[in-house]
This record gives sequence, C-alpha cells and structure tokens, in this order.
Amino acid sequence: MSVAHTSSAAEVKIDPMHQFQIDTIFGADGSPFAFTNSSLWMLIVLAIIYVFMMGGMKRELVPGRWQVAVEGVTKFISDMVQSNIGPEGRKYTPWVFTIFMFILVSNLLGMMPFGIVPGVHPFTVTSQFTVTGLLAIISFSIVLIVGFWKHGLHFFSLFVPAGAPFVLKLLIVPIEFVSFLVRPFSLALRLFVAMIAGHILIKVFGYFIVQGINAGGMGYGISALSFVFIAGVGALELLVCCIQAYVFALLTSLYINDAVNLH
Amino acid sequence: MDLEAAKVIGAGLAAIGVGAAATGVGNVFGSFLQGALRNPAAADGQQGRLFIGFAAAELLGLISFAVAMIILYAV
Repeated sequence: MSVAHTSSAAEVKIDPMHQFQIDTIFGADGSPFAFTNSSLWMLIVLAIIYVFMMGGMKRELVPGRWQVAVEGVTKFISDMVQSNIGPEGRKYTPWVFTIFMFILVSNLLGMMPFGIVPGVHPFTVTSQFTVTGLLAIISFSIVLIVGFWKHGLHFFSLFVPAGAPFVLKLLIVPIEFVSFLVRPFSLALRLFVAMIAGHILIKVFGYFIVQGINAGGMGYGISALSFVFIAGVGALELLVCCIQAYVFALLTSLYINDAVNLH
Repeated sequence: MDLEAAKVIGAGLAAIGVGAAATGVGNVFGSFLQGALRNPAAADGQQGRLFIGFAAAELLGLISFAVAMIILYAV
C-alpha cells in the first residue's frame, strides 16, 4: 500500500496490530508460565479492583463518596441478577460481579492514555481471545454444572419449547441446541472483537495524525480532523467499554437463569 | 487477479456487514425509544431486553469485522 505523494517526509508504516502483541517480561520466552505484559496488566487490574473495593468497605454509618460508589456498583449487579434469576440468584451474584468488575476495569485501563509516557504502553487484557474465552468457558461451565445438578437429564427440556406442535419441534430443537452450544463462543467473541475494533480504529487515525504532520501543508488539516475524530471515537469507546462489561454480565446471568429455572 | 488485491477487495466486501449491523443496532435503540416515549413508566423495566437485542445485533457486525481482519492479516 504505497501512497503516491512527492513529499520527502519519511513514510510511517501503519501497524495497528502491534499493540496487541504479547511480550515476555521475565521467564522463558514462549513458555506457558512466562510472565508477560498481559499478566502484568491483569495484576494491575486486580490491584485497582482491590483498592476500589477495600476503600468502600469500611461500613461507615454515614457513607462517604467512595462507599456510595462501591455500593452503587454492587447494588447495580445484585439488582440485575435478582431481576433476571429471581430469589435463587443471590448465590450467583459473586461470579457475575467478579466478571463485571474485571472486564470493566481492564477495558477502561486499556483506553487510558499511558502512552504519553515514553516506554509505557497500556495493554488491554480483554483484547485477547484466550482471556475472554476463558471467562466465557467458566460462565458456560457454571450453566452446565448448575443445570445438570439441579435438573439432571431433565435439563435437556431447555431445548424443547412448551406447547409447540411436533413437526415444529423437529425443526426448533436442533436450532435451539446449536444456539446453546454457540453461547460461550459468541460471549467471548463479542467482547474481544469490540475491544480490538475500537483500538485499531483509534490507532489507525493516530497514524494519520503523524503522517499528516510529516507531509506538511494540507496534511496539517488532515491531522487536525483526525485528532477531533479520535476525541469523539475515544468517548464512544469509553461507552462501549462499559456496555460490553454490562452485556457480558447480563448475558451470563440470563444463561444462569436458563439453568436454574428452565424457561 | 493478484492475491493481494483479492484480499483487500474481500476484506472490503466483508466490511459491508458492519454497516448492516449499524442499521440493526440503530433499529434496536430506535424502536426502544419509540416504545419508551409512548409508555415511559414501562421503559426502565425493559432495559435488560434492550441490551440483549443490542448484543445480538452487534455480534453479527463484529463477526463480519473479524472476518475482514482475518482476511487482511491472518490468511
């Protein structure tokens, strides 16, 4: 992809995928136990969640701002679980809350502009399919274990719609079965691709700014436009970060509801 | 046709799906607003369903984006 311009400025190669690269920090290169930048940012995410939660769990009689914030998040998730699963859903609130907080904080942390400090590069933990896939598999395992534990083989009646004629059932049951099996895949893919897409978009327009300044003349106008665009897309991406975390938690609680209540 | 050119054209065709998903997501929120403005009292209870519809519509667009990226970088 060579752009035909006569400017003598150095060509900047657009490489938006570089930000998702996993680098080993210490440990053997390529070993599954190596400490990578992904592990480092996961630890940072956990530290932030720990500080956030501990700061608000002092059980003051008159809650301060911090405690109100923590209580707001917990109430939001426990209300969602209660309204989707019902009174039995209380048992599953910890897991839904855990994935919600982990995904939310790691999404938001990946959007933070740490790149202005030379050498520091934020890594979005949830932009790796292995991470989101594992979260989705754990959610799906909870659904399977709870479903078979509570209902035994009767759990398969999840695929049979009540009151449908027999001919229609022949058609619907395989479709329901496939859509059930696709659930963990779609859950993981949605989060991972949404994160990747936003970061690639921002990075590509970031390269446009650099290329525009290098080109000079009309290029400055393009740089300014790209900068305005990035500001807008950045705000949109912050919204997407929260929505994706919410959607992941919401769908998890819906799937658990299927296992607990069978329709 | 050159393989590189075919790849870029294929990725562009796959990206059409993202636009289609944009229509879908807009439709979801637009219909929700229509319903919510007619009966504001019932709107808050339906936010979960709104986001389920949003997630389902968005997923297909994201899949077509993933297909475009696979064609461009992985094939």
